[in-house]
Amino acid sequence: MRKLLLVSLIIISGLVYISRLFYLQIYTGTTYNLYEDNAIRKVFDYPKRGNVYDRNNKLLVANQPSYDVMIIPREVEPLDTLEFCSLLKISKETFIKTYNKAKNYSPRLPSVFISHLSKEDYAVLQEKMRKYDGFYIQKRSLRDYQTTIGANVLGDIGEVSTALINKNPYYKMGDLIGKQGVELSYENTLRGVKGVKFIQKDRFNRDIGPYKNGKFDTIAQPGKDVTITIDAKLQEYGELLMKHKRGGIVAIEPSSGEILAMVSAPTYNPNILVGRDRSKNFTKLYNDSTALPLFDRGLQAMYPPGSPFKTLNALIGLHEGVVSTDDTFSCSLGYRYGNRKMGCHHHKSPANMNLGIYESCNAYFANIYRRIMDKYDSPAEAMDIWSNHIKSFGLGDYLNNDLSVGQPGKVPTAKTYNSAYGEKKWYTTFTLSNAIGQGEVLATPIQLANMAAAIGNRGYYYTPHIVKNIKGETIDSKFTTQKQTTIDKQHFEPVVQGMFDVYNKGTAKNLQVKDIDICGKTGTAENFAIIDGKKQQLTDHSIFVAFAPKDNPEIAIAVFVENGYWGSRFAGRIASLMIEKYIKGSISRTDLESWILNHTLQHEYEKPYSNKPFKINGETEILTVDQYKEKKRKEALMNIALQVNDTLKK
Amino acid sequence: MSRANQFKIDWITVILFLLLVLFGWVNIVSASAYGEINSLLDFSTPYGKHLLFIIISVFLIILILSIEAKFFERFSSIIYLASLLSLIGLFLFGKNINGATSWYSFGSMTLQPSEFAKAATALAVAKYISDLQTNIKEFNHQWRLFLIILVPALLILLQNDAGSTIVYGAFFFVFYREGLPNIYLTIIVFLILVALSTLKFGSLGTILVAASLIFGFHFIIKKKKESLLKPLSLILVTVLLSFGVKFFYQNILKPHQQNRISLWLRLEKDPDKLEQMKRTILYNLNESEKAISSGGFSGKGFMEGTRTTGKFVPEQDTDYIFSTVGEEWGFVGSSLVVLVFVLLLVRILFLAEQQKSQFSRVYGYCVASILFFHFFINTGMVMGLIPTVGIPLPFFSRGGSGLWGFTILLFIFIKLDANKINEW
Repeated sequence: MRKLLLVSLIIISGLVYISRLFYLQIYTGTTYNLYEDNAIRKVFDYPKRGNVYDRNNKLLVANQPSYDVMIIPREVEPLDTLEFCSLLKISKETFIKTYNKAKNYSPRLPSVFISHLSKEDYAVLQEKMRKYDGFYIQKRSLRDYQTTIGANVLGDIGEVSTALINKNPYYKMGDLIGKQGVELSYENTLRGVKGVKFIQKDRFNRDIGPYKNGKFDTIAQPGKDVTITIDAKLQEYGELLMKHKRGGIVAIEPSSGEILAMVSAPTYNPNILVGRDRSKNFTKLYNDSTALPLFDRGLQAMYPPGSPFKTLNALIGLHEGVVSTDDTFSCSLGYRYGNRKMGCHHHKSPANMNLGIYESCNAYFANIYRRIMDKYDSPAEAMDIWSNHIKSFGLGDYLNNDLSVGQPGKVPTAKTYNSAYGEKKWYTTFTLSNAIGQGEVLATPIQLANMAAAIGNRGYYYTPHIVKNIKGETIDSKFTTQKQTTIDKQHFEPVVQGMFDVYNKGTAKNLQVKDIDICGKTGTAENFAIIDGKKQQLTDHSIFVAFAPKDNPEIAIAVFVENGYWGSRFAGRIASLMIEKYIKGSISRTDLESWILNHTLQHEYEKPYSNKPFKINGETEILTVDQYKEKKRKEALMNIALQVNDTLKK
Repeated sequence: MSRANQFKIDWITVILFLLLVLFGWVNIVSASAYGEINSLLDFSTPYGKHLLFIIISVFLIILILSIEAKFFERFSSIIYLASLLSLIGLFLFGKNINGATSWYSFGSMTLQPSEFAKAATALAVAKYISDLQTNIKEFNHQWRLFLIILVPALLILLQNDAGSTIVYGAFFFVFYREGLPNIYLTIIVFLILVALSTLKFGSLGTILVAASLIFGFHFIIKKKKESLLKPLSLILVTVLLSFGVKFFYQNILKPHQQNRISLWLRLEKDPDKLEQMKRTILYNLNESEKAISSGGFSGKGFMEGTRTTGKFVPEQDTDYIFSTVGEEWGFVGSSLVVLVFVLLLVRILFLAEQQKSQFSRVYGYCVASILFFHFFINTGMVMGLIPTVGIPLPFFSRGGSGLWGFTILLFIFIKLDANKINEW
C-alpha cells in the first residue's frame, strides 16, 4: 500500500492541473482580440474628414488644424516657468493650477494643458517645445464652417458617447463623430476610415517595436466630400427672413426631391460648436427650453396642417367621382350639421371648386368630405380609403430620407376612431375637422412642402433628400425613383388652378410676384399651451404652402410661423419672397421684404411665460423690431423703478 | 565483454527527459528574446547560453553513464560531505543574487551548489536506508535519517533560499515508502489540517471542532471505559499546535510570505487592500494567469505571445516559464507538458520498484519525489493554485546549475537502473 501514496499523488495532481488549465484557457478564456490586448498599444491615424459643399459647389464645411499643448506630469522636468508662461500667454497661477489638475487626473497619462492654440502661437512655440520635457504639441482637426448659416442642416461633430462605443467597436474613447445634421446622417462617408498601428509594449509600458512587423497595421482612408442639395443663398435668405420669429421653412425642387432650403428658427451660428467653447455653448442651446434652438422645426415640429390640406380633399373628391368641378355648395358663414356649426368667413356663395379653394371655404370642403365618406357602406371603410389617399402624398409616416431627425406626423385611419369611440360607434360628423386640416391630422413642414411638390408635379414626388453628390459614389436609388400618388393625373389641373387663383384673387392676392405664376394655399392652425396646468389657446400659427411656376415647378415650399396668426400675414409673405429669391435671384417685392424684416413676434412668444393674462389672434398687437426694443426698454426701466420702490419701502 | 560492463538504458525515460529539455529551450528562446533572433548559437543571449548548458549536460550524461554504477553507492557519503562543504563555503565566498546568497561566481558564470545538494542528499539517504544495520522503524535510526536531510536544508535556509529548503520535504515520501511508521503521516496530515484551519477559521474554531471530533471519536467509536488521558492530551496538542501555527505565521514569516499565504487562503476581506495586494505582491501571479488564459485552446504560436514578447511576467524564462508555454502553446501544449511530467514520474517510480538493490530503489524514489515536488509546486504556483514559492521547473527553467543538478540526479538513477541486470 505504501507504494501507492506517491504515484497516486502524482496522477491526481496531474489531473487537477490539467483541469485548472482547462478552466483558465478554455472555460474562462475569451476569443483573443488584438484590440483588447493591453500588451499591444494601438496608435490611430485619423484621416481628414470630408468637406461639405452646397448645390452650387460653394464650400460650406472644411477642416482646420488645431493645436493643443499636452502634458504628461510625471515627465515634467524643472523648467523656466516664466519664459514658458509668456510663450503660452498664461499667468503663473494658471500654470500651477492646470499642472495640478493634470497631475490629479493622472501623472502618467497625457492631459490637455492648453487647448486650441492660434496658428501664430503654434509657430513660435513649436521651435522651443523641445526644451520643455513632459510637454508636447498635439495636432487635432476641427471643423471649419465657411458660413454662419445652416446649423440645423450641417450639424456638428463631438466626442463619441460611451453607449455608442459599446455598440460600435469602430469608435474608441475620444473619437469625434457627427452629432446632428449632415455630419450625423453622412458620418460614415465623411469620416473615412481611420488607420491603426499596433505596437508591442513591455511591462513598463514602453514601446518595443511594431507588433509582428506591422502585419496588421492599416492605412487611414480619407473621408469623402459630400455635396448637399441646399442652396446656400436661399438658406441664408430664409434664415434672415425668419429672424425674430419661430418656425420652419422647407423648400424642395419638385422635379428631383432635392431640398433647397431647410430653415429652422431660432437658429445659431454653427461656429459656436467648434473648439474651446463647444461644450459651454452646447449646454446653453440644450438648456433653452422655450426657444428650443436645437429642435429642427422644419423636420420635427408637427402641426395641424390647416387649409392647405383642403387641396387633398378636393383631389380625393374628384378621384372618387363624388364631386365635379362645377358642383356648388352654399355657405352661410359656415356649415351646419346637427346643432353644430363649422364657421367660415364672408365670401361669395354658392362656391364651386375653384372658389372653394381660393376662398378657402370651410363649408365647401365639409360637403366634399361628407360625400367621400358617404360613398362607401361604412364610415370605417371610407375612412381607410381616404386615409390611403392622404398617405400616398407622404403624410402620416417618416419620409424615410437621409436627414438625421424627423417626425411621422399623423393621418387618422378607421382604427384611430375605433379605438377612441369603439367600433361602429362613430360617424362622419365625428371626423369632420379632417375636411379642413384640423382635428386628428398632423404634419411637419417638410411633409407639406413634399405635398406641394406632389401637387405641382401633378401626381408624383421624389423622396425629399439632402445628398446631391458624393465623389465616387452613386446616391441611393430610393431618392431617384418616382413615388406615385393614388390620384389620377387629370384631376390635378382644377386644384392647381384653384391654388393659382389664391394668388390671383384669393387669400394671397397681395403677395403676387411679377412674372412668376405662383400657386399657393394659406392656412392657420389653432394651437394651445399648458400654462399653470391650464390649457390655454395661443395665437394661431401662420401657414403657407406653395409651388412655382405653375407649370413645371422649380420650387415647392412650406412655411410655418409660430403664432403668426393668419396664413398670408407672415408665412405667405415669406413664401413669396423665397420663391422670388430662388427663381429670379433678386427681390422685386421689397415692400414685403422690409415688412418681414422689420416685424417681430418675440412678444408673442414671451406672453405665455409672463405670468400675466394675455390676448390672442385679432386682439393682439403687431410690433416692429424697433417698437419691440422700445417696449423691452420700458419694461426694464419699469422693473428698476419697481425695485427701487420696494427697497425704499423697506 | 564481461557482464559487469553490460548495461541497458531505459530509453523511455531518456526520451521524456529530452522532450522536456528541448521544449523547455524552445520556450526559453521565446521568453528571453528581445526583438529579432540573429543566431540561436549566440552565447551572449540567455537562450544561447542555455543551449550551451544543454550541450554541457550531454557531456555530464556521458560521464555519469561511463562511471561504474557501484561508485555512486560506495562514494555517496563522500559526495554528501563534499556537497555540505560547498554549501558551507557559500557563507564565505557566496554571491548574493536576488536576496539569496546561493551562488559561487566564476567570472561571468555562477554556480548554485544547492541544486547539486539534492542529488548528494538523495545518495546519502539511499545509502543510509539501504544499510543492513538500519531499521527505519526505530527512532534511533529515524533521527539520524532526519539529520541527513535537515543539515543541507538548514544550510540552504540560512542562505535565505526558503523555496529550495521546502524541497527537502520531498524525502518524506521516500521514508514512508521504506517503512517510516504511520504515526508520522498521521502527524503531518494532522498538522496541515490544523494549520490551514487555524489560518482560515481562527484558533478558537479549530480547537472547538478538533475537540468535539476527538471526544466524539472517543465516546462513540471506542469503548467508554478507556481513560480520558489520551483524548485530553490530543486536544492539548491541538491547542499548542494551533497557537504555534498562529505565532509562526504572525511572527516568524516575513510580510511577503504572509501575504502570499493570505492571498492563497483568501484571508484578506477588505476589497481595497486586496486590490492593492493584487497589484503589488500578486503582480507575478496575475500576469502569469493572464498570460496562460490568453493562450486559449491552441495558443498564439512560437514567438507570437504578446505578453511573453512584452516580458509582462517577471522571471518568465526561469521560475515562470510555464506561463510562456500556456500563452504560446495553449491548452494543448501546456497540458501536454503536464502529461509528460506525469509520465516521467510514473516511469521512474515503476523502475524504482523493479530494482533489485535497495539502494537503487531508494535512490529512484528520491529522484521521483524531488522532481514531483518541484513540478507540483512550480506549475501549481504559476497557475495560481499554490502560494508563491520560488523554485524552478525541472529541465525546463533557464539556468545551468538547475539543469545540471536535475540531469545528474536523473541520470545517476538511469545508470543504476541500467546496471540492475548485474545485480542479483
